[in-house]
Amino acid sequence: MRPHHLAALAALPFLVPAMLSAEGAPPLRLDSPFRPPLNFVEQNPAPSIPPDVTDDRRVARNYPEQPPVIPHNVRDYQITLNNNQCLTCHSRRFTEAVQAPMVSITHYVDRDGQTLGAVSPRRYFCMQCHVPQTTAQPIVPNTFKDLDTLVGRPTDRGDRR
Amino acid sequence: MKLRIPVSLRTAWQTFSRPSRTFSLGFLTLGGFIAGVVFWGGFNTALEATNREAFCIGCHEMQANPYEEMKQTIHFTNRSGVRATCPDCHVPHQWTDKIARKMQASKEVWGKIFGTIDTRDKFVAMRRELAEHEWARLKANNSLECRNCHSADSMDITKQGARAARIHEQYLFTGERTCIDCHKGIAHRLPDMHGVPPGWSEASDDPQKPLGHWLADGRGEGR
Repeated sequence: MRPHHLAALAALPFLVPAMLSAEGAPPLRLDSPFRPPLNFVEQNPAPSIPPDVTDDRRVARNYPEQPPVIPHNVRDYQITLNNNQCLTCHSRRFTEAVQAPMVSITHYVDRDGQTLGAVSPRRYFCMQCHVPQTTAQPIVPNTFKDLDTLVGRPTDRGDRR
Repeated sequence: MKLRIPVSLRTAWQTFSRPSRTFSLGFLTLGGFIAGVVFWGGFNTALEATNREAFCIGCHEMQANPYEEMKQTIHFTNRSGVRATCPDCHVPHQWTDKIARKMQASKEVWGKIFGTIDTRDKFVAMRRELAEHEWARLKANNSLECRNCHSADSMDITKQGARAARIHEQYLFTGERTCIDCHKGIAHRLPDMHGVPPGWSEASDDPQKPLGHWLADGRGEGR
């Protein structure tokens, strides 16, 4: 093998990528039938974070089993082994002073069906089910209709107070 | 029996009690004044140096536990970027109260030397006691450190939620309760709260146990 052959071989690993890149990236086909008409390298600015709903007005449930949503600010509410801050208003003892709705008796039932004297450990972590709301609008419109609307009778909006 | 005073002490007292022979009156008064200024300035500078957050979290006990926990709360991070540092809440701003608190803090030096809370477990185990000290202190001084920033006069309750407005009107403006009665654990994790009724409950009316001491009522209900 001649020396200039060797030199060409040695240069090969550098040349090939250079030649490939010299061809240029194939133009982006935004009209591809397999892709949405979006350029994926484009970065859209993030939408602003919507504010919390803290107007303290109860929201009607969409169906009776729905956990009611939280209409107040819950920042820094501590729900730990030491303390459950929700229960400082919503437990039976303290509802009078603050006029908060009491946790329902279903929360006192443990998994064996025994009704305990206070909130059962399995229902202790309030925000597993009850969540605060923001003013964000759903990205996909929701066409849910509750039962009362479906059967065409005047609705009580699920309010069973 | 005559008490024998060492010779060195006696000569020192004689020098101290007699008029000066070598220094002029002007030197002594002016020098005393300047020395006083230097001492006082140095004292206050040292005092202020111990009154900074960097000093507080210089010890890992404070850095790893209360400071880390505080970082998530609204007194550290919020929309306006105003934040409270450790001494804002834990050291009185007035001089005499501050000195009194600093003297109390000598016990904390003791705790540091002997490692009272030098592990996370020890800190968590003592959390209730430490919290009760602070609750008692703020209760006794009518939440003075809260009121350094939050004044009841400047509080516009129409901007508050209806519930908060009503409770502030009923308890805060009447002076019936003070900030710490309701606002516990606003900048730190709470300890085991059994037997500590919330400030708005009738249970905390009992003056015998302003903190609803947990031993006093058999650890409360709801366990």
